[in-house]
Amino acid sequence: MDAIFLQLLNGLDKGSAYALIALGLTLIFGTLGVVNFAHGALFMIGGFCAVSVQMLLKLSTQVKDESIPGLEMMVDVPYLQVWLGDLGLQIISFAVPLSILLTIPLMLALGVLMERGLIRHFYHRTHADQILVTFGLAIVLQELIKTFFGATPIPVPAPDMFNGSANIGEWLGLGPSVSYPWWRLVYFLFSMAVIAMVFAFLQFTTFGMVVRAGMRDRETVGLLGIHIERRFTIVFGIAVVVAGVAGAMYTPIVSPNYRLGMDFLVLSFVVVVVGGMGSLPGAVASGFLLGILQSFASLNEVKQIIPGIDQVIVYLVAVVILLTRPRGLMGRKGVMED
Amino acid sequence: MMNTLEKQDRWMLLGFALVVLAGPLLLKPFGAGYPDLLQKFCIFGIFAIGYNILFGLTGYLSFGHAVFLGLGSYTAVWSFKLLSMNVVPAIILGVALTAVFAFLIGYVSLRRSGIYFSILTLAFAQMAYNLAYSVLTPLTNGETGLQLAKDDSRSWDRFFGVPLADGLPSTNFFGFSLVGYSGFYFCAVLLILSFYVSIRITRSPFGLMLKAVKSNQNRLKYTGINTRSYALTAFVISGCYAGLAGTLLAVTDPIAGPERMHWSASGEVVLMTILGGVGTLLGPVMGAGVIKYLENILSSFNEQILQSVFGFLPDAIEHPVIKVVGLFVGEGWELTLGVLFLVLIIFVPGGLMQGINSLQRRLFPAPAHAGADATPGAH
Repeated sequence: MDAIFLQLLNGLDKGSAYALIALGLTLIFGTLGVVNFAHGALFMIGGFCAVSVQMLLKLSTQVKDESIPGLEMMVDVPYLQVWLGDLGLQIISFAVPLSILLTIPLMLALGVLMERGLIRHFYHRTHADQILVTFGLAIVLQELIKTFFGATPIPVPAPDMFNGSANIGEWLGLGPSVSYPWWRLVYFLFSMAVIAMVFAFLQFTTFGMVVRAGMRDRETVGLLGIHIERRFTIVFGIAVVVAGVAGAMYTPIVSPNYRLGMDFLVLSFVVVVVGGMGSLPGAVASGFLLGILQSFASLNEVKQIIPGIDQVIVYLVAVVILLTRPRGLMGRKGVMED
Repeated sequence: MMNTLEKQDRWMLLGFALVVLAGPLLLKPFGAGYPDLLQKFCIFGIFAIGYNILFGLTGYLSFGHAVFLGLGSYTAVWSFKLLSMNVVPAIILGVALTAVFAFLIGYVSLRRSGIYFSILTLAFAQMAYNLAYSVLTPLTNGETGLQLAKDDSRSWDRFFGVPLADGLPSTNFFGFSLVGYSGFYFCAVLLILSFYVSIRITRSPFGLMLKAVKSNQNRLKYTGINTRSYALTAFVISGCYAGLAGTLLAVTDPIAGPERMHWSASGEVVLMTILGGVGTLLGPVMGAGVIKYLENILSSFNEQILQSVFGFLPDAIEHPVIKVVGLFVGEGWELTLGVLFLVLIIFVPGGLMQGINSLQRRLFPAPAHAGADATPGAH
């Protein structure tokens, strides 16, 4: 029981990342009808926003080392520590949550720029062309990051107060073996909050209502005199922001390098297709489902019965679901079927 | 064999063969006249030609074709290890085994179309890749890759009393060693043969049916034709081409690793086909050549070479120029690829072939129908 619950938890953080990326992909697909292969790269750029904020906060000056008396030695001390003392160190350790403040406006701007500057010209082209142009963009973004930040992963630690593990087992009356790193718990809660915000935005605001109407029948909404394209541009921006913050908050779990995005993209596409193209709840549900399945498949007991299952489970599920339920778990009829 | 082709195709095949065979001479001025790279041109040319038979003719976008490339390589290396260093059994076995797997994967994947088909093929390829890395290590030797060893059994070679070399044996074609230029010419002949077969397929009634699958599958179904069997045949044929390319990779360098099956390898062949021109005959080969050329030449550029190239400029201009150009070469050659790719997709969606054709039309405004079949997907 404990082991099962633990695997369930372990699947959550990866599942959250899949769900957030898949949510953005589905938003873009549902509104603009574009399959965005650059979405993984945007997730990765979010991660590098956190890296940049950390570098910015850690900007250092040379100060004489006074810990060992009599020794003339200079050490690097961050400006923030010089100015604010321990509070400064606290601020530095909060680089990841603080980076959200940078990530949101930056990703929004990037998203709007990308949609207005590039994607807009591809609405009337074939799906293959859309896939290819975003794929090309992903390569360019990824290589630019490589030139600026190098190819090695850059570790970005979580805030000090979230180090260590939460004793979830004791809270719930399970064994003490059920413990879960704090930051992963934070990530899970954060992603739930983001997902809830996106859904609430679409469900309870007038803007969201118009967007949903546009997803259903773009032409009619346009005929009612609503400038639907502008709204869709903003939705695109929101989807990019979701990918960005998902990437920024994920950095303490996996140190970002320039290929991170592509690794997540492939899986996220599987997630979107399993959930059903164009279905937002489907994307979120299948993100968590696949994340959790993956973590269960990596249990030793399971691996002994079917060797190698942990490596293929996600794809295997995708194949089975696509063959038995052609539109994925919650897909609508007539989406992407030609 | 050539009198079965139309006159225009005959000339194209002849020209193609001449250019390929004269490759070492023609490409020397561009720094690409060495067998290693020339072989890659040929091998990936075959891969792209085969991919084009599926994607170009039927419109099915497979994102997992690299699995056949890897499978061909593994089979060939096993054939070298267990049977003989002769390449003929390796090629026959490699192509046959990929055909079987292409049939199985195609049979399942072709039950869906559009992006679902792409994801299904991707899923199969990723499964193969992950398994080759982990559980199938006894067969694939995991991350290190499958290599020849001195004490391999090579039963047929032993049976026929082929003399043993001192070091690792090299691949041969009935005793004729395939190292260096002979290896290139072996690949070149196969490339020309593959090109010939692809012309025949494209011009045949079967090729017409494949094009019909691409343009309107439903209408074809309503006329009572089972489109899936046509698509499946195309899938298996293009799988065989990929398998052949994979075995040739092992022939020229007898090692096979799982990275050959990675999804980025599948993506690369898509790029090659698109870059050259989807659905055209010559395009995919050109795309393969351009990408492999960029990969090998640009990535070998370093600061010294740049300094010698831009040495004539005054220092104040030279440094920024080297900085900027330096972004695009060496480690950053993929950036060039990405930018080139973006520019092509945005401005010339038909790829290099469309660019060449429209240039040709502008320079020599000829009778109206010239190059009419070389502009697909431009709507």
